[in-house]
Amino acid sequence: MKLTLKIWRQKNAQDKGGIVDYPIDGIEPDMSFLEMLDVLNEQLINKGEEPVAFDHDCREGICGMCSLFINGEAHGPDRGVTTCQLHMRMFKDGDTIFIEPFRAKAFPVIKDLVVDRSSFDRIQHAGGFISVNTSGNTIDANTIPVNKSDADKSFDAAACIGCGACVATCKNSSAMLFVGAKVSQYALLPQGKVEATERVLNMVHQMDLEGFGNCTNTGACEVECPKGISLENIARMNREYLSASLKG
Amino acid sequence: MALDSKIPNGPIADKWTNYKDHINLVNPANKRNLDIIIVGTGLAGGSAAATLAELGYNVKAFCFQDSPRRAHSIAAQGGINAAKNYKGDGDSVYRLFYDTVKGGDYRAREANVHRLAEVSANIIDQCVAQGVPLAREYGGLLDNRSFGGTLVSRTFYAQGQTGQQLLLGAYSAMNRQIGRGKVKMYNRHEMLDLVIVDGKARGIIARNLITGEIERHSAHAVVVGSGGYGNVFFLSTNAMGSNATAAWKIHKKGAFFANPCYTQIHPTCIPVSGDHQSKLTLMSESLRNDGRIWVPAKLEDAQAIREGKKKATDLSEEERDYFLERRYPAFGNLVPRDVASRAAKERCDAGFGVNKTGEAVYLDFAAAIERYGKEAAYVKGLDANDKTLVTKLGTDIVKSKYGNLFQMYLKIVDENPYVTPMMIYPAVHYTMGGTWVDYNLMTTIPGCFSIGESNFSDHGANRLGASALMQGLADGYFVLPYTIGDYLAPDIKMGEISTDLPEFVEAEKAVKDQIDKFINNNGTHSVDYFHKKLGKIMWDKVGMARNEKGLNEAIVEIAALREEFYRDVKVPGSANEFNQELEKATRVADFLELGELFAKDALHRNESCGGHFREEYQTEEGEALRDDDNFAYVAAWEYKGKPSDAVLHKEPLNYENIKLVQRSYK
Repeated sequence: MKLTLKIWRQKNAQDKGGIVDYPIDGIEPDMSFLEMLDVLNEQLINKGEEPVAFDHDCREGICGMCSLFINGEAHGPDRGVTTCQLHMRMFKDGDTIFIEPFRAKAFPVIKDLVVDRSSFDRIQHAGGFISVNTSGNTIDANTIPVNKSDADKSFDAAACIGCGACVATCKNSSAMLFVGAKVSQYALLPQGKVEATERVLNMVHQMDLEGFGNCTNTGACEVECPKGISLENIARMNREYLSASLKG
Repeated sequence: MALDSKIPNGPIADKWTNYKDHINLVNPANKRNLDIIIVGTGLAGGSAAATLAELGYNVKAFCFQDSPRRAHSIAAQGGINAAKNYKGDGDSVYRLFYDTVKGGDYRAREANVHRLAEVSANIIDQCVAQGVPLAREYGGLLDNRSFGGTLVSRTFYAQGQTGQQLLLGAYSAMNRQIGRGKVKMYNRHEMLDLVIVDGKARGIIARNLITGEIERHSAHAVVVGSGGYGNVFFLSTNAMGSNATAAWKIHKKGAFFANPCYTQIHPTCIPVSGDHQSKLTLMSESLRNDGRIWVPAKLEDAQAIREGKKKATDLSEEERDYFLERRYPAFGNLVPRDVASRAAKERCDAGFGVNKTGEAVYLDFAAAIERYGKEAAYVKGLDANDKTLVTKLGTDIVKSKYGNLFQMYLKIVDENPYVTPMMIYPAVHYTMGGTWVDYNLMTTIPGCFSIGESNFSDHGANRLGASALMQGLADGYFVLPYTIGDYLAPDIKMGEISTDLPEFVEAEKAVKDQIDKFINNNGTHSVDYFHKKLGKIMWDKVGMARNEKGLNEAIVEIAALREEFYRDVKVPGSANEFNQELEKATRVADFLELGELFAKDALHRNESCGGHFREEYQTEEGEALRDDDNFAYVAAWEYKGKPSDAVLHKEPLNYENIKLVQRSYK
């Protein structure tokens, strides 16, 4: 396959940045999208140019490190996958592909396609946990049965990989799907209920501080989420938040 | 220097309890005067950081990723073992201990493994209390499944994302401590050297990967939980960034490196598709619970399939060879990983491979779909003879068990595994070898600890499935927090350690010099060029089957490649910026040394055991042939300037509780 890549290049956080064109040839349909970028980078290095910086690690869709806005979509045109699982068979010979970083005020660009998502970590520091010490003196795991349906829903929410596609996709740069997923995971389990009130208030407070926008129920985040995190989680968080605010 | 494993006296079942009763403790007021550095935030490092901070120590945690949640533990799929015996199928601490020692082909340290089995049940309690959503049955209690190399169901799981859920549990515990200021987190930082002051580990030199700044960090103890070294093969199931640098730097500063040749080649991975391949993807071992592994029984069928003239589904039952079920009737498809991998390689080498390259076997779910489908039809009172209905019901059940894995396969290979069998082939997955540690998890450098995959201690020559998660969390949550206190007790009045000491200055200069050398080298080839060459030597000559001739060649070739690398590598950009090529260069430099030691270790071990298979040492049936009289020891290598000069130290393995026998899964 022969392609034209239009890639966002930005030397560092201070640089203004811009799109640069790279023609590329010899791409095979069985390559992953990131392997295609590996080929480009190898060529750039051999020509004495600077390779394109992009985040990636596990390359099997679970670590959440890869990102990229490809032809206007977070993680590209395929559904239910991260960029590292996107394969070139989704494109045609002769295509032009725009490759940009995830864009949001709370995700500043570090270099080229690499962004800083530490705002997600800080939201988790504010309340993304159950306050139990790791002493090993907890009760036996089977002491409290958990209804399978709640356990499964909790698992579905916990499947979030923290990649930030929801934020990048949202016209308001809202992190509600991400935060809603964490709040829901714990709200659905008996062991998470003890601190439910403080958790949702603290996490939402931190989310606002980080400069994420609000949710206007467009639902784009759910469509682009590589892990299929459901909008229900946002609704659940809103209920939790409302009841916590009334208590608080 | 004689190796002292510091195994406590007394009967094996009492060692850990007695040990805990008699160690030195640090009082809570003094813990806040002690700093601990932890490198790596996977299951071992993350759980250690959380627990040590809870206890009151000041923790500084480092990871090269953009968040501790990205550590590669996250990719573990299948499950975590624990001797809970919830199924009532005869499990016990002793059985988990026994299975682990046997699975490791009798090359693990008994006392460490027993301790691991003892704390295993606590891990499940801990994780559930943290809100980790492990799989449950309809009655609301935890579910289990079985894994390779055992006859009981002791594996807890969260669909095919167990590692992710357990890691996020540890990450949440860490977040709580970060929020309280007890853990200071350094994301996008890479440890590039260890600083030793007066013979004790007192700090590290790290590079801020965003700014390129070289930083000095001091502490009263340094813990390395940086994972394994599988990426020495270039292609493996490890993450792209997984590296051995932290472990190798401490080795070069005096920590012995044990059993580097014990590498696990996992049988169920997606086969290589071409030269562009950057990494390999695992299909969880849990799939072997329900998938049956086979190749065509006749060579002409295998050839027709490779040429695209026949499909897997064209072959009748009689035309298939379920080779694991044939060779190992007792364990069948659930033999340990090393055994399953070698059996697949044997069939492919004999010409029965089923993909274009001839390096793939089938993993077939048709029988499982039918079995589950029929059961569901009976339960629902539907017609169990309706084939279409049964297939649909069965597919739904298989989807609920392994949905994410099947989807992953579909996206990579572009074939639907519910309809046609998966193609799989062995790939490098886990490294049992690693930094040598004593019973306290301390390396041969006082104050420098090694936990999780980066140490060598619990898995012997082969790790059983679902045991890595167990070991990582055991070390971090329940073992290190005791042993490190015992070490730190005499340091309570020391006060903060200055980073202006000459030892820090010197270590920092060495790191900067190496980086400048790379940046100014102006060679002609990229880092990946050398990494791929190294990987090919490793896979061809130090891979699934090794022999004396190949290993001798590998040692010479790796040394030559290393020389070429330093002469001719090209690292674009500068030192003082975000520079991914530079990151790779420092990692590959270490792999180029580690690979040679790896081959040297494999050459010296004149026997086959677990993940180390020497062609010269096998039974008539092609099984691994151990030599307990001469090789029942841990090979711990001391660094002496270059890998070829490494000096061997032996820690004899004394089996007081388990009798050494030839491993049989027949």
